This record gives sequence, C-alpha cells and structure tokens, in this order.
Amino acid sequence: MSARRVYVEGIGLWSPQLADFAALRSLLAGLMPTPSTGRPAAATLPPNERRRAPESVLLAVEVAGQAVAMSGRDAATLACVFASSHGDQPITDYMCATLAQAPAELSPTRFHNSVHNAPVGYWTIATDCHAPSTAVAAQRASFGAGLLEAVSLVLAEQRAVLLVCSDTAGSAPLLEVTGCTQSFGCALVLAPEPGAATIASLQVSLTTTRILSALPEPLADWRDANASAAALPLLARLVEGRGRCQLDAAATLGLQIDMDHV
Amino acid sequence: MPVSMTPLAITAYTATSAIGHGLTAQLDALQHSRSGLRPNDFSSTPLDCWIGRVDGVEDTALPATLSAWECRNNRLAWLGLNQDGFLDRVQAARARYGATRIALLLGTSTASIGATEEAYRRLDADGGFADDMLRPAIHAPHSLAAFVATALALEGPCLTISTACSSSAKVFASAERLIQLGLVDAAVVGGVDTLCDSVLFGFNALELVSPEPCRPFDASRNGISIAEAAGFALLERIDAAPDALQLLGYGEASDAHHMSTPHPDGLGAELALRDTLARAGLDAAQVDYINLHGTASLKNDEVEAALVSRAFPTRTRASSTKGFTGHTLGAAGIVEAAIALQAIEHGLIPGNLGGDTPDPICGAQFAWRNEQQRVDVALSNSFGFGGNNACLAFARAGFAA
Repeated sequence: MSARRVYVEGIGLWSPQLADFAALRSLLAGLMPTPSTGRPAAATLPPNERRRAPESVLLAVEVAGQAVAMSGRDAATLACVFASSHGDQPITDYMCATLAQAPAELSPTRFHNSVHNAPVGYWTIATDCHAPSTAVAAQRASFGAGLLEAVSLVLAEQRAVLLVCSDTAGSAPLLEVTGCTQSFGCALVLAPEPGAATIASLQVSLTTTRILSALPEPLADWRDANASAAALPLLARLVEGRGRCQLDAAATLGLQIDMDHV
Repeated sequence: MPVSMTPLAITAYTATSAIGHGLTAQLDALQHSRSGLRPNDFSSTPLDCWIGRVDGVEDTALPATLSAWECRNNRLAWLGLNQDGFLDRVQAARARYGATRIALLLGTSTASIGATEEAYRRLDADGGFADDMLRPAIHAPHSLAAFVATALALEGPCLTISTACSSSAKVFASAERLIQLGLVDAAVVGGVDTLCDSVLFGFNALELVSPEPCRPFDASRNGISIAEAAGFALLERIDAAPDALQLLGYGEASDAHHMSTPHPDGLGAELALRDTLARAGLDAAQVDYINLHGTASLKNDEVEAALVSRAFPTRTRASSTKGFTGHTLGAAGIVEAAIALQAIEHGLIPGNLGGDTPDPICGAQFAWRNEQQRVDVALSNSFGFGGNNACLAFARAGFAA
C-alpha cells in the first residue's frame, strides 16, 4: 500500500516513572530520570476543574498540553483524536459497583465523566477549541488505530491534529480483565507540511505482515502493563529522530512507520 | 471551510430499533406514526420511565463460533447485521475488494458495559468476576467493533468511535477520509448501543429522563426516553455504484462549552452544519428534510429549534424521530441516517411524533405530521456530551449539488 507522510511537531509523555519526553530521552541514554510526582499536573485545566477532574482527564490533558507547547501551535486550532483502550477504569468500577448495590444513588457527575470522550471534552472546553474532536478505542491497538485516524485527518483535511493515547491504572475486580497495572499517556502534534517546529517526518503505510517492534531493555515490559504503551516503539524512535518501527493498527493489520529527520 | 468532497455511494444500509427489525418494519412504523416506546421493563431495579427496547434480542443466539462474544450488545449487533441482506452485501464487497481493503468503523457510547454491570452483580465470594464473565474482550469499549470484525471476517482498519450520542454519525466522516486517501476501497460503518443500568440510572441522575414517552419539541417536554438500536451501512466509491444513494457531506465541531449541556447559541451544532453544507457544496435552501437530534431534553430542543429557524428557509422540512425510537444514544447517528435515507427513497417526511403542543420557538420548518413529498437531499444532526457535534448530508442517486 502506498505510504502517507506527516510531520511531528510536538511530543507529550507521562507515566509514574517519566514526567515527559525529555525523561524518556534520558532513560534511553542510560540515565535515571527523576520520577513524576503524584498526579499529572494538567496545567491547561482551570484550577477548579483540575481539582475535580478524574485522573483519566488529568493524564490526557497533561500529555496533550506538553505536545502542544512543544509544537508552539494554538491549541484552539487543532483537531483532536483522543484514544484510550479502557476509558476511565476507576469510574467504570464505581459505576458498576454502585449499580449493583444502590443504582438510584449513582452520581450524575461521575456519569457524565464516564463517557469515553470526557478527556477530549474537557480539553476542548479548556482550550476553547471548536475544531472536530473525537474519542476512539481499539483494544490493544488503540494507539496505532488512533494514529491512523489522526494521520487520515491530517492528510484529508490538510490541517494539524493533536493525537492523545492514554490509560490510567485499574483496580480489582476490573483489573483482572483490563490488565492495566500502571498509568501511561502520550501525545503527538502532527502536521501536513514540514515547518520550523518539525521534529521528524513519519511515512506511514498499512501492512498485513504483523511484526511487533522490540523495545529497549528499560521499557521491555511496559506494553504488558498498559495498552497505550504500545506507542513506545514510535516514541523511542523519536528520541533518535529516525528509523523504522511497526505498531498494530487492528487485530490483523500493522502500521509501518518510517521516520526521518527533515 | 472544507473543500467539497466527492460523494460516496451507500450501497447497503439497515437499522433495527424499537420500531422494528430492518428497514421494512421501520418504514411501516414511520408511515403509520407508530411509536416503539413502552413502559420500562428493563432496569435491574424499578425506574419509572419509558424505553425503546428491541424485541427479540434475548432470543438472538450468536453462532457457536462467536459464542465468546456473548452479551446483549453483541446480540443486538448480530440481530441488526442479519436484516436487509446486509451480511450478503458485505460478503460480496469482501470478495470484490479483499478483507484488508474494507474498513470497519463503529460508534457506541457504552459498548457492552451491560456485561460488566452483570459481572459486578454476581461477583465470586472472593470479590472477582465469575468464570463465565472472565472474557476481557467484552469488558472494553472496543467490544462491539472487535466482535463485528470477527463476524464479518474483515481485516482492514477497525476502529471504535465513542463520542457519546454523536458516535455513529462520525463514523461516516472517518470512513470518507480513509476512502478518499486510498487507504481502503470501502467501509462498513454503523453503531450499536443497548439498554443497560449505566445509561438508565445515569441519565436519571442527571434528571434528563422523562417519566412519560418523550415529546421532542413539545412545549411541555420533560426529558428523554432511553433506547437501544443497531444500524449499519456499506460505503463505496461512487464510480463503483453510480445508481446508489449518496453521502454528500459531513461536518464535525466542538462546543467548547460544557460536558453535559449544549452551547446556548448552538455554536458547535451550527459549525458542524455549515461544514457539512460546504463539503457537500449545498445551499441550505437545497435541503429538503433534516432529521433533528431532538432528544426532548429542555436545552437540546431549544438550541436546535433556534438553529433550524436561523439556518433554513421554511420549505425545508424538519423533525425529530426520537418519539418513534427513543434516544438510541451512540446508535442514534446511524438509525437516523437510515431514516433520512428512507425519506429520500420513499418521499416520506416523518412527522415529529410526540410534539402535540409545539414549542412556540419552533419555526414553520417543523413537520408535526407525516408529509409526502419528493426528497432529494436530507440531513441528519447528532450531538453528544462533551459538546461533540456531527451532521451528515445524504442525497438520492444522481443528485449533483
């Protein structure tokens, strides 16, 4: 299949071990980055929203804010694709437990925060963004499928797009079926043309030959602990700014990415 | 503003909701102004409201090879896929294009959360899921799309879009982009949502559920009727099927206002509408019918009626069909797309069922009762929580804006 090219202008990253993309760079250089402290800062949210927001929203907004700041773009101009394999697991756990015991006591706020597009909703409100926004999922392939959705939006509309992929950790009993033991989120700002902020170009093609790119040693198990960490082969390549990697775009479809300096 | 798009052919479509299984039943209910709403007989504990429940979901067994996907949402998906010869149409497309060249894009707001609710209602003594509920794939938002990909043996791009009640409208936009870029040759789009406690008690907690059958755009409307549905469409390039109904355009926009209340001036809804008309190359005056989101919530209907008044001439006919189906949430986009397509095919403007005392804010565009007239162009509005807005434009075969 023919390849399509987009340009990375910003990168966001947050996990309990890595507070941003610079921390990943330092980890892969063999250094010991300072771990994140507490909850994601999510400075883009107004203070009262930040206090009330569930962690799924804080995580998505944190990585989105990092990527947009790096790109130098105005967040209000960016179309948004927010991906997550499991949505907000603590809210799912709360909802299902409450519905099993006292359904009439369900919290209205937790209910409207339970929609899969809550993080992108809060993001568009905080940034006064009226551009198209979407929330997607594709099980273990959520990052690759979200990237394909974002790339097709960049190319078809010839506009810059903010891609976020994030999942927070779950707890029992839901944890047994999600297997999501630690938080991980990442974001990219993608543009149709190279520019002053360009970090690397991505040439993207679909392939039916499925290969799972290996990860450098300190990251080896991260994908097992969080489906959104499937982004790591691409993020590790972005540290170098060049190279090839492959991600799952669907259960039976791969996304091959050839990265280059511009 | 977007550049105008090359229309896509809609070579097959189907819908299953409280007004019946498949298009023939749906058309019959519309023609006879027959609502599918009934007193709530679904929630795990009593809740005084009306619902749009699909008959026969409980009796729809999945084929043995698909039994790992068993849950109400996937049963409804399977029931929906088996209407109107849709399975055969997809099989033919698969034979023509290849399984990797057909995208699958499905919208849902809650997927099979009903199964997760059930797992929590009957946890083991040790607090874990019972053995028969230990099926990770059904406790995830992607449950529906992953199931349908398996059932249809599709191997192309496969994505769940979950933007609450705009979900299964937005799938048309994503499909158009993938086809336009040549990443695929065709796309199966659609959506399924099923009744579950999460949405019944959730909307109830927000005080958005009516104790009566919902009355969209009625002066005394007092909330929505929660419902379930499944619907699908097959999209191909127009040169592959020049005699088919067409997707002329789409628009998407965000309110940037509030998580569960629409923008007071309908800003996102209007941006999505203007985007749709521009992409379709249409003037508002060319729109014959618009199927409104019209949930019967106080705010939605107020904002949407004002948008109709300021955007359309009185010759454009407008109605909500949620008095027939109830609000099918993430499936509303595809169900109402199917109604808009039937309006074109059968020259039927469905009346705005339930609006017996029209809200004075509604303009002369509103069709309170069924009308028969030729429909060349029909739009469908879908708005969701988080201020997520989508609009679709459809046209009869051969129509050129």
